[in-house]
Amino acid sequence: MNSLWPQLEPLLPHVQKPARYIGCEDGMQTPTHGPGIVSWLLTYPDTYEIGLPNQGLQILYEIINERPDGAAERSYAPWTDMEAVIRRERIPLFSVDTHRAGGDFDIIAFNLSAELTYTNLVNCIDLAGVPIHSSHRADSDPLIGVGGHCTYNPEPIADFVDFVVLGDGEEAVGDITELVREWKVAGKNSGTREGLLRELSKLPGVYVPSMYEVEYDGAFLAGVTPRYADVPATIEKRTVADLGEWPYPKNQLVPMTEVVHDRLSVEVFRGCTRGCRFCQAGMITRPVRERPAEQVSRMISEGLQRTGYDEVALTSLSTADFSGIEGVVKHAVSDKGTDQISVALPSLRVDAFTVGIAAEIQRARRTGLTFAPEAGSWRMRQVINKLIREEDLYGAVESAFSQGWRRMKLYFLTGLPTETDEDTLGIAELARNCVKLGKTHKSSASVTVSVGGFVPKPFTPFQWFGQNTESELQRKIGLLRDDTRRSKGVQLKWHDPKATLAEGITSRGDRRLGPVIEYVWRNGGTFQEWSEHFSYELWLEGMAANDCDVDWYVHRHRTEDEVLPWDHLSAGLHKDFLWQDWRDALDELGLEDCRWTPCYDCGACTGYGIEHRVASATPPAGGSQGTGVDLSTGGSVPVVLQPRPKIDAGAVGS
Amino acid sequence: MKNDNVKLRIRFDKHGKIRFTSHRDVARIWERTLRRASLPVAYSEGFSPRPKLSFGLALSTGHESDAEYLDIELDPDRTDLAMDLESLATELSGHLPVGMHVTDMAFVDRRTPSLQESVTSCIWQIDVIDVDADTVACAVARALAAEDLVVTRERKGKQVTDDLRPLVLSLDVIGPIEADDTGTVAGVRLLAELGTQPRAVRVAELLAALDPPLTERRVVRLHQWITNDDTAERSDPLSAAASPAPAGAM
Ligand code: SF4
Repeated sequence: MNSLWPQLEPLLPHVQKPARYIGCEDGMQTPTHGPGIVSWLLTYPDTYEIGLPNQGLQILYEIINERPDGAAERSYAPWTDMEAVIRRERIPLFSVDTHRAGGDFDIIAFNLSAELTYTNLVNCIDLAGVPIHSSHRADSDPLIGVGGHCTYNPEPIADFVDFVVLGDGEEAVGDITELVREWKVAGKNSGTREGLLRELSKLPGVYVPSMYEVEYDGAFLAGVTPRYADVPATIEKRTVADLGEWPYPKNQLVPMTEVVHDRLSVEVFRGCTRGCRFCQAGMITRPVRERPAEQVSRMISEGLQRTGYDEVALTSLSTADFSGIEGVVKHAVSDKGTDQISVALPSLRVDAFTVGIAAEIQRARRTGLTFAPEAGSWRMRQVINKLIREEDLYGAVESAFSQGWRRMKLYFLTGLPTETDEDTLGIAELARNCVKLGKTHKSSASVTVSVGGFVPKPFTPFQWFGQNTESELQRKIGLLRDDTRRSKGVQLKWHDPKATLAEGITSRGDRRLGPVIEYVWRNGGTFQEWSEHFSYELWLEGMAANDCDVDWYVHRHRTEDEVLPWDHLSAGLHKDFLWQDWRDALDELGLEDCRWTPCYDCGACTGYGIEHRVASATPPAGGSQGTGVDLSTGGSVPVVLQPRPKIDAGAVGS
Repeated sequence: MKNDNVKLRIRFDKHGKIRFTSHRDVARIWERTLRRASLPVAYSEGFSPRPKLSFGLALSTGHESDAEYLDIELDPDRTDLAMDLESLATELSGHLPVGMHVTDMAFVDRRTPSLQESVTSCIWQIDVIDVDADTVACAVARALAAEDLVVTRERKGKQVTDDLRPLVLSLDVIGPIEADDTGTVAGVRLLAELGTQPRAVRVAELLAALDPPLTERRVVRLHQWITNDDTAERSDPLSAAASPAPAGAM
């Protein structure tokens, strides 16, 4: 036992929220370490409260620990006060399970769900006592791996990581464990790390940045190409075909202290084909793979009994699209009744059917309901392919207020492609109309409007779009503030456009951004997701100090023939499909959900020989968002359907 | 609505890593534990019904305890008053995290005053470090001989002064202690009985008020006592409230 607990224990009374560092969760494992066992330190580069509920990390934690040749523990970024204490006492980053030092693990693997955690990634590597640059690591140093949504463009952090896992990690961690075990058993001999990395790079879904050469053509990228003939030129993401085979987490961790989502979570499906053009999660997780409804119900009832939680969240994108949603929800509340069990649906569609489901599960606690129309005008929603008609929204809102809800939260994006001031102001208009509907039921009815600046993401049709400048976003938020100032019942909240800019820098950058991230980190810029720690100035200074032009990286529209930093990676989506979808967006053309219409050959299924797994061949009731079925208000869906033109492969240059 | 809920009083301990959880954390741990044991806990009425639990005096984060108490209201229609409390205690301990156990429990009269109101003092075992036994003995003697021990603290943004002396019911130096493998480190051990009415004195306050101030290391609450005003007799919250028979609760 190389536990650091005896050193940590006397320090804990001197830091805030010491329970962040004790582990002790229900479901915690005490893995055995040994010569033939590959040890993973699964790390979330933000606080315990945010990181602990992360389902991806918990799934891998169980899968690795089930393997006879694997051992997994967890770590989270120590808060700034704890960091100061452990740096002073020369204690490294540690696991919360058995309080082992980070440097004692074979692999330190990070979940990257947000770009602004990149400086924390670097900080955690440093805290573990590992050189931050992969090129400076010794054979005996832990391998640094990353996974999660951000890794679809890992180039800005390529200097810091040894390997990247693209897509679903369930199967990939096993493959990696096997290769690393061989290397470990052979003694991690000097000079063999490079060979291991080369072997890793051949695993499907695994990208080893150091195996690739980057060439530039002036400011532009000329290409990212393998340094060896046996290293693949394109890395395809991993996709688990059948979620039913992976009923994880089986023992969801129950923390002893409060965390952001302190409840049971059951993932009901993965993937989404609504086709919202701004949504990276929807694009990169295709196709749709539903968990069998009976399995969902079993995971709910066993999970509630085991954990003692009184709330379960059904997680996925657009959860009401789950074909078994009604049965699952009824079953979840039938055992104990809605006064004792509540069901949360964090991602909801906007329509009356959804409100019906919400009414089913929130019989007792009708406090607030959240919808995400994303844009304020129908024109704008066609551009982003979020095909919610005004009638859908008002129908949903009316039905919610009439059933007793008093508060509504509406999420919007601003800075979308082709957005005019009229579109922006449409947000305020929508909100006022919702309040008006609410007032007919309850005089205290209110609507909170939450506006975020749009950041274009890799592997979406908007990847070519030049992000709005910080001042333009400020101006748009100003418009909304002025316009809602006298609107009673409308509360406006917005995301800091400066943070939106920093996110823009990292989301579509290339390897030249490594030194910028390092600059921000070296100057104390950790916890950039936290407004009290976010430093706009550090990002701008870091860009300037490294001759990186903000305008070029963030605000510039890309052209069709430009080599993008993530072109050598693949989420299955054909680049010509995305380009065509981008053109359709500019033409304000909507695209139906391919679950219930013919395939557009985006590549996500066709390329991997898998298909959607849905339990029902018909779209769920009430979904008008391009499903072609409409039960909420009647009438046909005004979606312009585009026959897919044959794309001349030569012309798109891919 | 008439309240004929049955009241169950539980004593539990808290040691080891779990002591770094807060009072609120412990409340949530108990809510989950009771649901896992499927105990028929009564819920409050209203918008967001909460299980009817009431905890005694909060234990500071980081302190250990042999004597934490909790009152639970149970739905009378679904409660079997003849249930085997010993096996229930074992079951609950199994659902609690490592370091927490139920050490005793009993049905009490539902009109029993709350723990907050009725507990009058707590016994604390306090290990102080970075100091020799003589210095500790002097500090303690000085405090006991003093007429008052005035502290100022902030309350709702205002400075208020309090005299702790009347609430220091006893304070004894047990002597130097050696480090052992149960987590004890070398230092000097004190035993204190601190009053809780009208307010509970915190160990940290007391140590800071001593001359010289002492640094705590390991602190364990050993007992909570209820002193009968008339007889001056001391009893613990379970025996003090023990009803003649469960029938008293019905
Ligand atoms: S390949 Fe076809 S069916 Fe599959 S996600 Fe893409 S468009 Fe939809």
